[in-house]
Formats: sequence, C-alpha cells, structure tokens
Amino acid sequence: MSAQDVINQFVAKGVETCFHDRHINPQIYAGLNGSNWSIKDYEARGGYQALRKILGKDGGEGFTQDQVIATVKESGLRGRGGAGFPTGLKWSFMPRQFPGQKYLVCNSDEGEPGTCKDRDILQFNPHIVIEGMAIAAYAMGISVGYNYIHGEIFGSYERFEAALEEARAAGFLGNNIMGSNFSFQLHAAHGFGAYICGEETALLESLEGKKGQPRFKPPFPASFGLYGKPTTINNTETFAAVPWIIRNGGPAYLECGKPNNGGTKIYSVSGDVERPGNYEIPMGTPFSKLLELAGGVRAGRQLKAVIPGGSSSPVLPASVIMECTMDYDSIAKAGSMLGSGAVIVMDDSRCMVKALQRLSYFYMHESCGQCTPCREGTGWLSRMVDRIETGHGRPSDMDLLDNVAENIMGRTICALGDAAAMPVRAMIKHFRHEFVHHIEHKSCMVPAYV
Amino acid sequence: MISDATKARFAKEVAKYPADQKQSAVMACLSIVQQELGHVSADSEKVVADYLGMAPMAVHEVTTFYNMYNQRPVGKFKLNVCTNLPCQLRDGQKALHHLEKKLGISMGETTPDGLFTLQQSECLGACADSPVLLVNDRSMCSFMSNDKLDQLVDGIRSAEGKV
Repeated sequence: MSAQDVINQFVAKGVETCFHDRHINPQIYAGLNGSNWSIKDYEARGGYQALRKILGKDGGEGFTQDQVIATVKESGLRGRGGAGFPTGLKWSFMPRQFPGQKYLVCNSDEGEPGTCKDRDILQFNPHIVIEGMAIAAYAMGISVGYNYIHGEIFGSYERFEAALEEARAAGFLGNNIMGSNFSFQLHAAHGFGAYICGEETALLESLEGKKGQPRFKPPFPASFGLYGKPTTINNTETFAAVPWIIRNGGPAYLECGKPNNGGTKIYSVSGDVERPGNYEIPMGTPFSKLLELAGGVRAGRQLKAVIPGGSSSPVLPASVIMECTMDYDSIAKAGSMLGSGAVIVMDDSRCMVKALQRLSYFYMHESCGQCTPCREGTGWLSRMVDRIETGHGRPSDMDLLDNVAENIMGRTICALGDAAAMPVRAMIKHFRHEFVHHIEHKSCMVPAYV
Repeated sequence: MISDATKARFAKEVAKYPADQKQSAVMACLSIVQQELGHVSADSEKVVADYLGMAPMAVHEVTTFYNMYNQRPVGKFKLNVCTNLPCQLRDGQKALHHLEKKLGISMGETTPDGLFTLQQSECLGACADSPVLLVNDRSMCSFMSNDKLDQLVDGIRSAEGKV
C-alpha cells in the first residue's frame, strides 16, 4: 500500500455530512449518494433542463434575459454567502449593454469557520453549480466565468474541473451552447489559504494573481470588477439554487420558505451535537427542528449558546435561539445574522472566554493588514481575551474590550474588522459574568472538559 | 529549471485567463511548484515570475500572503490540523496534541527523519468532519480520532519503509 493509499482511507465520503436522509424537501442535495455526481446522473435527475428551458431547447419559447431575472426576483432567493442580498436585484445591477468583456464569478472560497456546505455541493453535485452559472451568465449577457474554490478543499476543486470537462464535451459550456447564440466559457481557480479571499473584492484581487487585499467600495464589482470589468459575484449555493427556480418557477421557490426568505437553505451544523453535518431544510424551519435533525445536544447535555451564521455572527444564548426560526429575518431580529448558515453549537460545559479566545486569534491571524484599526485592533483584542482566559486579565479590560471592538467597527475597508468585533461584543453582552469571573478569580467558572 | 511536464501544467492554468492576464495563474503555478518540489524557493519564484511575465517581488508577495505556501522545506508529509472553534469543540486540539506526542515534535516542527511536518491551521472548511487534518495541501482526512491518527502515521511510516 502506498502512502497515498493510506491517506485516502481517511478521506470523507460524505455519508455523515450529506447523504443522511435527514434533510427536509432538499433541492440541491436531493438524491445524492456520492457516486452520482457525473453529468449522466445529473441529467437523469433533471439536470440541464433549466438551461434547455431558457434557451428554448425543450420545445418551449425560451426566456428573455429579463424573464430570467424576473423569475429569480420572484423567487425571493437571497445570497447564500452571508450577506443575504436579493440575488435577482444583484443581477439587475449588471450593465448588460456594456460593450466590453463582463465576468461572472462564483465565490466558493468557503472559509467562514463552521461552514462546509459548498464543499459538499461541489464534490457531490458540481453540475448544479455549472448550470446555475450558465443561466446567470445568459441572464446578464456574460461570456466568461470563474469559480474560485477554497484552496484547502482541493478534492472539490479537482471534482469541479472534471465536471467542467464533462459539461464542455456535452455542449453545455463553450461556444453556441446547444445551437443557440449564447456562449459561455467557465473555468475553475483555487485559493491557497486566506480567509480574507472570501470577501468578494479580495477574491477578485486574488483571481488577478495578487495578494488578497479588499478594495474600496464603491466602485462596486458590477461596474469595476475582475480586471476592472463589470462583474457579478454570487456564492456557490446561490448559483446551485437557480436551476430549481427556473424549472419550477419563482413562486414555487418562495413557497418552500417564508415571505422574503425563499427556498431551502443548507446549514452546516458543527460543535456539540450528536450528528454534525450539512442539513438542507426550508427557510423558516424552527431552530429546534434543525437541532433535532442534528441529533440534539451531545451526550444529553444542555444547550448553552449557538453561533448561528458562521464565526463572525454574534452568539445567541440558548433561550434566544430556541425561539428563532432559521431564516434571515428571524435571526436578524434576535440580534445576530444568518450569515453563511454555519451553526456552531455549544453546550453547558463550554467556557465562552475560551471560545472567544480561539476566534479572536483567528481574526488576528487572518487580518490582511491593510487597515490599521483591523490590523492593530484584532491583535489587541486577541491579546486581551488571551490574558483574561489565562488568568492575567485586568478589571479595566472589560470596558477596553468593548471600546476597541467599537472602534474597529465601521472603520475598515472590508467587513473583516466588523467580523472580528461582533463576536467580542456579543460575548460580552450575553456572557459578561464569565469574563468578570475570569478576571476576578483567575479561574474559569465553567467545568469545561475541552 | 522547470521540466516540460511542469510547463504543460503551467500552460493549462494560463490558458484559463485572457492573454494579457497571465498573472492570474500565479496561485496555481506556485501550488504546482510546491507539489513537485515540496516548497517555494526564491529560485522557484523567479522561474514562475519569468514564465508569467511578473516581477519576482510580485510573486513573492503571493507566496508570503497565502497560508498554504511553504516558504522553506518541510517534511515529506505536511500535516495541517484545524483547531479553529468548531474543531476545538470536537477534539481538534486534542488531535494536534496527540500527533505532537506520537511524532515527538511540537507544532511547527519537522521530524528528524524528514517524514512529517506538523502544523496548526485555521479553518479548513470541513467543520462537520472534525477532527480534520489536511495532508500535503491536497488530501483532507476526516473524523481523525486518536486511533485513526495512529493508523495514518503508522501506515505512512510503513509505506515509506520507516517503521
């Protein structure tokens, strides 16, 4: 047995995270088993019918660009990468009549701690992303696209490249797709370890072969994007939702979820649950149901807190999250954000100071260094939380933490500064007594087993 | 210098981008260099710079900005263990400590036989699979309990004839 054979034994097959039959009315993960990712299987599941439909190759009349955008607007689809911006509206911002080259970019740089849904889409259903991107490209009159994939999930990058080859050979990508006058070239690119490249303008810089440092906005990518050309960027899951919407119509998608929060959403549930994994469920499903699907809190312990939308989203105590439904509006109303849908569950044995210590280190490590408040502030926050955790905290640290966090927020080019500050402020707001205990007693009040 | 096979891999990446934007392939070219040579040296940066028509310093900026490029030689098998919060909640740090004991080195170090380098890493994007580790930038190993970590290390040692 070669060393690579040894290593391959431990590569995940997706059984635990994706093929577990505990989704509710799935659209993107429906019918997957790990071996049916190829184009033949995708077509057998109804794949590429939406592309045929808009191009009028299914016997129908086809869609105009405006009809595609109107359908996506009607569906209530909102960006799955974190911001939740209405997708149809974003597509309508693209200057379709711009005379030069325009670009379409898929943001698969999935690095928000807690998130691993796009990996499973790319690995086990890559063609749904290709079809969604082709439809988007048609709607906005774009002829070239790139899918920028997180460097650490190299297997998914290789799988996507293989799927691209299949789609080209079958005539779903390339010149004059299915005999129409629509042409679209799509390529895959990969990152190599930089959280910041999940920020869309940092991603564009990286795609141009540079350090991934975010750009000032405005100008927004729709007017000045990749190589300075008009560019639309959407998340992997957003594109993956599009074929279903075209096949079944905007209203049907909206009905799957709740008003202003259309469709299904994939949640990556990690931390203290019996069955961590990805769960695709309708928008508006109660959090308690999602927790139940994930097997409940581990080892029968009590729920303490949940970070509902990736590590940047403010933590919510159990009593608050248990009253929420999983959708943009409910989580926002509770004082947090749905973000990427990464649900990090913590039980009653967890020390919140220790949790924040690790997160603050992460943001310090990943700050790109461009803006002083973030570069210096993330380090300051990390050092303060670290000394509180290790019993060297000072009474003045509580106010100082809040002050530093407040002075980072809104004073940086991109949202990483806010992302570092929000968890700090939320932890202090909801679990202040734990920080105070650490400072006063130089010890932890939670009997943690971590 | 670079082999024809490596040049062919570079060319495949360059072909994805507009003719006047060859620089876009720098991330991929550097990762190819790293896969073939184990790390990215200043000489390799120069080769990539020449191939893509970039200033060597512009290539060096990329090498130093992104976490996964090895700026100095590493062991034949680089193990990156995620310890970010979701993994911390599911034994990510225990996995790192277990490997430190098993390999007899601290994180950041390479074993004396040159077989393993052990590193702590930030989010690998496999949070539901914790504990996870990435081997040589390409292979994600999931659900790595201490038993499996032992099997992995022992298996690699055996395959490499270093038991």
